[in-house]
Order: sequence, then structure tokens, then C-alpha cells
Amino acid sequence: MASITDTQFQPIVSLENEQLGYVSGKKAHSVLSDLNLSIAPGEKIALVGKSGSGKSTLLKHLRQSSSMPVAWCPQEPSLVPMLSAFYNIYMGQLNHHHWLQNLINLIIPKAQTKSDIRSIASTLEIEPLLNSSVDQLSGGQQQRISLARAFYQNADVFIGDEPVSAVDELQSRRLINQIIAKHSTVIIALHDIDLARAFATRIIGLKDGAVELDVSADNVSQQDLLTLY
Amino acid sequence: MTDATLTSSINTSTNSAVTYRRVSLLFLITLFICLPFANLSINTLDPWDELSRIGAGFLAPSFSNYQTLTEALLNTLAFAFQGVALGGVCGLILSLFYQKTVIRQFSAFIRAIHEIFWALIFIQITGLSSATGILAIAIPYTGIFAKIFGELLNEVDHRPIDAIGSQSNTLNSTLFIRLPLAWQHIKTYTCYRLECGIRSSAVLGFIGLPTLGFHMETYYKQGQYEEAAAILYVFFILIGTARFWLKPLLLPIYVLASIWFLPWQSYGDWSLFTRFITEDIVPGPLKYAQGDLLSQSAIFADWFTQRWNNEILPGVLNTLILSQISLIATGFIALLLFPWVSSLFFNKAGRFTGHSVLVVMRSTPEYLLAFIGLLIFGPSMLPGILALALHNGAIVAHLIGLYSQVLVLRDDASTGINRYFFEVLPRIYRQFLAFLLYRWEVIMRETAILGILGIPTLGFYIDSAFEEIRFDRALLLILVAALLNIVVDQIATWSRTRLHIHQRPGSL
Repeated sequence: MASITDTQFQPIVSLENEQLGYVSGKKAHSVLSDLNLSIAPGEKIALVGKSGSGKSTLLKHLRQSSSMPVAWCPQEPSLVPMLSAFYNIYMGQLNHHHWLQNLINLIIPKAQTKSDIRSIASTLEIEPLLNSSVDQLSGGQQQRISLARAFYQNADVFIGDEPVSAVDELQSRRLINQIIAKHSTVIIALHDIDLARAFATRIIGLKDGAVELDVSADNVSQQDLLTLY
Repeated sequence: MTDATLTSSINTSTNSAVTYRRVSLLFLITLFICLPFANLSINTLDPWDELSRIGAGFLAPSFSNYQTLTEALLNTLAFAFQGVALGGVCGLILSLFYQKTVIRQFSAFIRAIHEIFWALIFIQITGLSSATGILAIAIPYTGIFAKIFGELLNEVDHRPIDAIGSQSNTLNSTLFIRLPLAWQHIKTYTCYRLECGIRSSAVLGFIGLPTLGFHMETYYKQGQYEEAAAILYVFFILIGTARFWLKPLLLPIYVLASIWFLPWQSYGDWSLFTRFITEDIVPGPLKYAQGDLLSQSAIFADWFTQRWNNEILPGVLNTLILSQISLIATGFIALLLFPWVSSLFFNKAGRFTGHSVLVVMRSTPEYLLAFIGLLIFGPSMLPGILALALHNGAIVAHLIGLYSQVLVLRDDASTGINRYFFEVLPRIYRQFLAFLLYRWEVIMRETAILGILGIPTLGFYIDSAFEEIRFDRALLLILVAALLNIVVDQIATWSRTRLHIHQRPGSL
């Protein structure tokens, strides 16, 4: 029991003076420097900043260093285009099962699997698309399947990189609410400031390779956010 | 909905994976239709004993006959260089007119006849001479070069041609605009074909020409496995190092050197040629027939019925059965082996092993593998299937391995077997089918040839006809084999169009 209570108070991620970047060829490029960040369970975080400010790099690192399993929703939908939406969603749980079971499911899906995936699909309004392969679907539809895949991972922590950028405003609010309802801790990179303020408890703003802003959502003004852009 | 979107939604299923599954199922059904008719028995008393003795030969190769070996090696190269050079020049000329139907059909016909069949024909006219070896390679390669060069010339960037306006399809625009644009590809492809030419040249030894295959056959038949292994090693090194010494710039030097080493020589003359064309290949009943046209055609029909029942029908059926099983076995081998050369599955050390195995398998000609397989398992379809599937499977595995390297998977993608079936297999499947369809024609050609080793495909009946000096029969059967290849080529092209797959990799 002790370990469970421990993880509830321990931060999910804690970064101290960290340096993030990528290596291309022999050159190391620094994207973010002197990073100090701690994320506690239950937080709803919006990550904002211009494109190229390092949001994706930070999110990738947060996913890798998370102490708990993460439902991951990358910016590129990263779905398998030739497979049906159903199997793309199923892939969220590939690592939960033995490969033989996965293989059997690839040929004849179990009734339980089918009903689980169908119920996630119906909350995201993509149930009619389940049998179509992803290469036949629009960008917005693909994004919702990508979300369904993340939901099916059944993790407490959700990390998403612009997960609702390809759908209209009304739908994006509904989808964000679904994400919040299904996950206790949520970290989402967004370019839509209004949407960020609508759901987040904490807003982290990146600018010029550093954390420019890290405040509770209640205390942030429109002006603060605009300085990031 | 516009007309275009309407047709595309009818033609393509809403699920790509389902389409692939249907195509694969169709292939599997043909496999199960063919299997009951295939003789897959092992006819040697102790296959393991033979295998272990061949293996022992590889562990202790003997280079004691290095003089014979060197001569056979140089002969192999000389036949290949001259044959491919002649084929390249003729093919290039034909490719300039490739938009003409008659040229396309002519090219399809001459490449539908395997180099070994051409060699069997030319042995009758020019004897066991350099002319036979060179022409046997040059003629089918002309057809292949004409097709590939024709396609390359057709695929060049069209803007420079559009810029000169109306006369865009003349010989001038081809020579001065298309040819320079396609030249780089033409050079690269020629180098790849030379590699194939060296393999063809080595195999021509099995029907008597003085190349590596000749000595390989002798040594194996006499049980001299150490000497035979030495030849195979030389062959592997030759093919394995080809990319270092087979450079377009050096080609003219190699060709000139090979002409000096192996000058054009023929034991035949025009009278032999004329006799072959006007007497030898004329169907027997027509040659000796008496009486009116009606009775002549009745005799001819009778002769043809006999050929149909005794040779054509069993030969074609066995060729189809063997090639179909081999095609599907090729697919399985390719899907099994490609992960070993893909960075998505194995680290550097694992991939090095994978590459080494694939290089050996794809540089050994099917004919040679089948020959060794026959020593081990005895005469049945089994060695033929193994040979075709291992060689072609390694080629396809190499190509999809390369293709899989460029796939970008998500950061949290699964690993191992889950990755194979869910992330990678669906993504490579279309390419895989395309490569397999390109290999189909090759497998069919080679299947016919394996008959010479004793598997009763068309080649078996062709070889017997030559041995019995019944050239009329041999030529009829060669024409049947050619027709079969042309039909398969057409079906493969049609299937590729249906599946929307068009790109041909440089080495198919």
C-alpha cells in the first residue's frame, strides 16, 4: 500500500538544470537549456509557445522520463495508414498482451476487445470509421483515431502534442474535455491560447529555448501569454 | 461527387489491409491447388550424409587446380562482358524506338527465351565457341535492356521536351534531351545487369561452355567437393566485390580486355545456319510429307497433337505448378528474412549476419542452388522450389529490408514481433507485393530452365529434344516457354496496375 500512496505525491516528472536537444550528424543542437520543472499528479498543464520554441522536444522528454505509464498522442498522427482504425486503436494496448494474443486478435478480434474499442470510438464520434483503413480518412478523423489509441492505453497520464489541431473549435473543446475526463494528469501542447486557458490548471510558456512562463492558470493574463508570441 | 472521385472510391476498397489480405489469400489458394500435384519427395538414401560432405568441402576448399580455376574465371568474365556489352548497345538502339509496338513485342519475345535455351540453339549452329556464349547472353539481354532503357527514357522529366514544343517525340528529342537525362540511370542499370551477366555466364558452363559452371558440375559429379567449394568461393568473392570494381568508367577497358582475351570465334558457317533454319527446325511431318495440302495438314495436326499430349501439356503444367509454389515460398522466405537486415529489428551485429546470409543466397544463381539441391535430395520438385525460393526470397528480403529502413515509427512504437506484425508488415506489404510480381516472370523463366537438371518442366522436354536431335520439337517447346513468360509478364503488369504499384527498384 505504501508504494501506491507514495506515487500519488511523488512528482510524475522532475527535471533539474536539464539540457535538451538533438544530435544531427556530429553536431549537437541545444533546444532547451537550464530546465527546471516538476509535474505533480493531477495537474492539467497547457504548454504554449511559438512553433519551434521546443514544445515537442520537451514533451518527448517528459514522456521518456515519466515515472508512470503515459498515454502518448504525438503531433504527427503516427498511425499505420494501411491498417483499419480499429487496429490502430488496438495498438495502444500491444504491450499489455503477449504477442501471440495480439496476433490472434489481428486475425479474429475478441468480443471484449471489440466492445472496449467501440465504446471509446463512440465517445470520440468515430464509431462508423472503425473498419476503414486510416489512409482513407481525413486529417481530423485521423487525429481522433490517434486520440482513441491514446485513450485505449488506459494510462493515468496523458501527454499530447497539438492533439486537436485538425478539428474545428467546437469539436476541439469537446475532445479536450474527454481527455480531461479520462486522465488524472494531462500535459498538452497547444497553439490556441483561449483553449489553453479554458482547461488548464497550470500554463507553461516556452520562448527562445527557455521556460518564459510557468504559472497557475488563474493568475495568467492575456497580456502575459501574448508576450510569448 | 465528381466522376474521378467516384471511380476511385469504387476501385479502392475502404480498407487497404483487406485488399492486401485478399490478394495474399488468392496466392495461397493457388498454392493449395498446386501442392497435391507437386512431387516433393526426397529420393536419396541419406540426404544428411551428402549435405555433410558438401559442407565439409566448404570448410576445406582446395585451390590446387588454380590454373583451371583462373582460366574458367577469366572465361566467365569475358563471356559476360562481351555478351552484356553487345546486348547493351543493341538494347539501347532498340530503346530509342521503344514507343513502337513492333519493337516492344520483339523485345518481349527475345527476352522471354532464357539464355540457356539460346545457348542450346546456338550450339547447333556455331558449336561450343565464344560466339555461342556471347550471343546466348547478348540476345535476351538486348530484350531486357530495350525494355528498361525504354522505360527510363520515357520517365525522364518532361519539361525540357515540352520546352522545344511540337516535335517532342522525334528521334532528335530522344537523342539530345531524353538520353542525356536518363544517362546516369542507364549506367547504373548496366552495371547491375553485368552482375547478372556474370551469373548467367557461370551457369552457361553447365551446358558445356568453359566457364566456372562447367568445372563446378564436373567436380560435384565426381564427388570432388573441396575443389567444387573453391570455385563457389571464387564466385562469391567475384559477385560480392563487384560493387568495388564494376564501375561505369572502367567498363570500356573491361570489354576491350575481354575481346583480346576471348576473340570472337565460331565453328559454324552460313550453310549450317541455313540448314538449321530451313530444314532442322521445320516440323518433321512437313519436311517429309507427300501429297496434297489437306493430307499434309492432317499429318501436321497429328504431329502437333502428339507434342501437345507428350510434352507441351505435362511440361507447361509442371512449370506452372513449380513456379507457383516457388513464388509463394519466395514470399514467405522474404518476409521471414527481411527483419534481419532492417535497423527496425536488429542491431549492427545482427544486421551484418543477415546481410552476409542474403548476399550469399542472392548471388548464387537458382540453377546452381538447384543443382546442389538435387545432389542432396535427389530428383523431385523439392530442390527446385528450395533453390528458387532461397535465391529470389533473398533478393526480395534485401529490397524490403532497405525499404523498411526509411519508415519512421512513433516514439512509443512496440518492439519485436508486435512491431513486425502491426507497425512494419502493413507498411511494407504493397512494396512487397510489387517486388514479388516483378520476380514472377523471372521465377517462371528459371523454372523452365531447371528442367535441364531433370525436374520435368518445359526445359526437361526441350533438353531431351536437343539430345535426340529433334530440333523441330525443341524449337516448338522453346516457343511455348516464351509464350508462357509473355503471358505471365502481362498478368503481372496488369496486377501491378490494379494494385497501383509502379516504381521498379534499380535491381530487379
